[in-house]
Amino acid sequence: MSEIKVKIKNLYKIFGANPASMISHIRNGTSKQTLLDEHGHVLGLNDVSLDIAAGGVQVIMGLSGSGKSTLIRHFNRLIEPTAGEIIVDGRNVIEMGKNELRDFRRFRASMVFQKFALLPHRTITDNVAYGLVIQSSAKDEIHERSQKWIDRVGLTGFESYYPAQLSGGMQQRVGLARALATDAEILLMDEAFSALDPLIREEMQDVLLGLQEELKKTIVFITHDLDEALRIGDRIAILRDGTIVQTGSPQDIILNPADDYVTDFTKNINRGRVLQVAAIMDDKTSENGPKIERDMVIEDALQVLSKADATTAIVTHNAKPVGSVDLNTIIAALTRPIDDSGRTGSYT
Amino acid sequence: MDFLDEFPTMDRQELRELKKAIDLGFRNFSRAYGDALETFFEPLLYFMVWLEKLLIITPWPIIILIMAGLAWLGARSWLAVAGTVASFFVIGYFGMWEDTMATLAIISVATLVCIVVGIPLGIWMARSDRVQTLITPVLDVMQTIPSFVYLIPVVMLLGIGKVPGLLAVCIYAVPPIVRLTNLGIRLVDKEVLEAADAFGANYRQKLFDVQVPLALPNIFAGVNQTIMMSLAMVVIASMIGVKGLGVPVLRAISNQYLALGLMNGLAIVALAIIFDRISQNFGKRLQKHREGGHDV
Repeated sequence: MSEIKVKIKNLYKIFGANPASMISHIRNGTSKQTLLDEHGHVLGLNDVSLDIAAGGVQVIMGLSGSGKSTLIRHFNRLIEPTAGEIIVDGRNVIEMGKNELRDFRRFRASMVFQKFALLPHRTITDNVAYGLVIQSSAKDEIHERSQKWIDRVGLTGFESYYPAQLSGGMQQRVGLARALATDAEILLMDEAFSALDPLIREEMQDVLLGLQEELKKTIVFITHDLDEALRIGDRIAILRDGTIVQTGSPQDIILNPADDYVTDFTKNINRGRVLQVAAIMDDKTSENGPKIERDMVIEDALQVLSKADATTAIVTHNAKPVGSVDLNTIIAALTRPIDDSGRTGSYT
Repeated sequence: MDFLDEFPTMDRQELRELKKAIDLGFRNFSRAYGDALETFFEPLLYFMVWLEKLLIITPWPIIILIMAGLAWLGARSWLAVAGTVASFFVIGYFGMWEDTMATLAIISVATLVCIVVGIPLGIWMARSDRVQTLITPVLDVMQTIPSFVYLIPVVMLLGIGKVPGLLAVCIYAVPPIVRLTNLGIRLVDKEVLEAADAFGANYRQKLFDVQVPLALPNIFAGVNQTIMMSLAMVVIASMIGVKGLGVPVLRAISNQYLALGLMNGLAIVALAIIFDRISQNFGKRLQKHREGGHDV
């Protein structure tokens, strides 16, 4: 988990006629707006650095225009950076030649797209096999592997359908199967579930989490939806105006939002269902009370306490007591953080 | 005020010299390269003669059967098949069979040439904006310049006959297929193309797996237009020695034979409608996969 798979170092992306000459302005602290007004260039990414652990789900979240889709396209260089490095397993992707980059895309990083981007004139089987055909794998292998992934994502029986004949959720299953079939260790997901309705989205998140438990890929997942980020992310990076404003575990982000922007994001989520007991517990174990696992979310912990009619619970890890948590702490954690004006954050 | 009343023209003598020089230059060019060009086009000539002969010596029931088969393959409709068969019976009955076969031969070859030249050109145009800005005005000229004007150099170069006729037809009929191939490829969904890139497709794989198949409906609209325009050129081509339905039409114009002109003209119309329906429906069936619904 701790091994770094992808390391992004000081990545800049500026759009415009002469981006390279604008770098110095940005490094000297010119703002995004000034760059646009005075120099006619758009700042896409501003000094982004990020370490992504192998085998985990790194969520990058931000509102539209924050540069998240631009950022994910740098991982496989669908967009060329203006400056910076992207180091995958010790090799800088930016320095790769044409052929090396092509092989990197074929074998090591595959991608799932927001609008699916399937080949409309090919059947589901051929779509799933697409990456394998590009890899020029052997015919039997192509057939066997694409069928395996069609079965895994639950599309058995739809092999000879065309994408337009499937619902959005099913089309994205095809997109997922196509990306997984190449056996790439890095999976780039660009708002992969954002185009789906909420129920289907949750279903797809479950599909992804189920597969990930077994596959342990390094997943970079772009989303604008914090609930989604909290649900599937091991780590979350929050992007604003092309700059990363905070990185951390989901618990960190909720308990210690770095600034107002992040606070705004977090205030409307259901904290009880996201925060785990471990994040708020006291290290001293208590004498008595019901036992709860430390990764239990606090909403469930409340239920346990109320059933046992207790005010303090013993927090355990692998059946050993590691701490305690009491009712007041839980209630305090459940309430939304108070913002500067003194009122609790809410829909206004 | 003389200057304003009369447009300042080139000196008459000089103008005459200029025209003469152009004529002479081209005449010298055609003397020098005419034979070479003729040899270059010879295989095409043989092919056209062979196809025409083949169509004429093939017994008429077989031709009708083949046309009916084509209509079925293309349009998948019994109405189209019946219309095709009926048209050919009427054409044959009114004694226009041989001319129709000759016309069929030249438009088949012309369409083939246009496809072979036009599709790669369209692909090239779609690849580069500079090529597009260069070729577009050329296509405009080809489509709008009166055909008689380019008949002159063509005849000077290659004389009267099938090949110059074919060339004249192709100059007029190739622009739509070039334009629509270019357009079709440029309209291909950028996201699908990006996905191909993301999976490491090289240029050829993108072209043949994504761009051309997705542009096919548009390319087919281009083929359809090319066929229609080559049929429209049949009469003009007959002026420089191409056999076919154009010859009697031309004769009818100069002698004021209303019935002769009408019959042969309608035969051309019948061919046009048949080929239009076949190629259009074929093009539509190519995009069947775009339709939704779970009933297939």
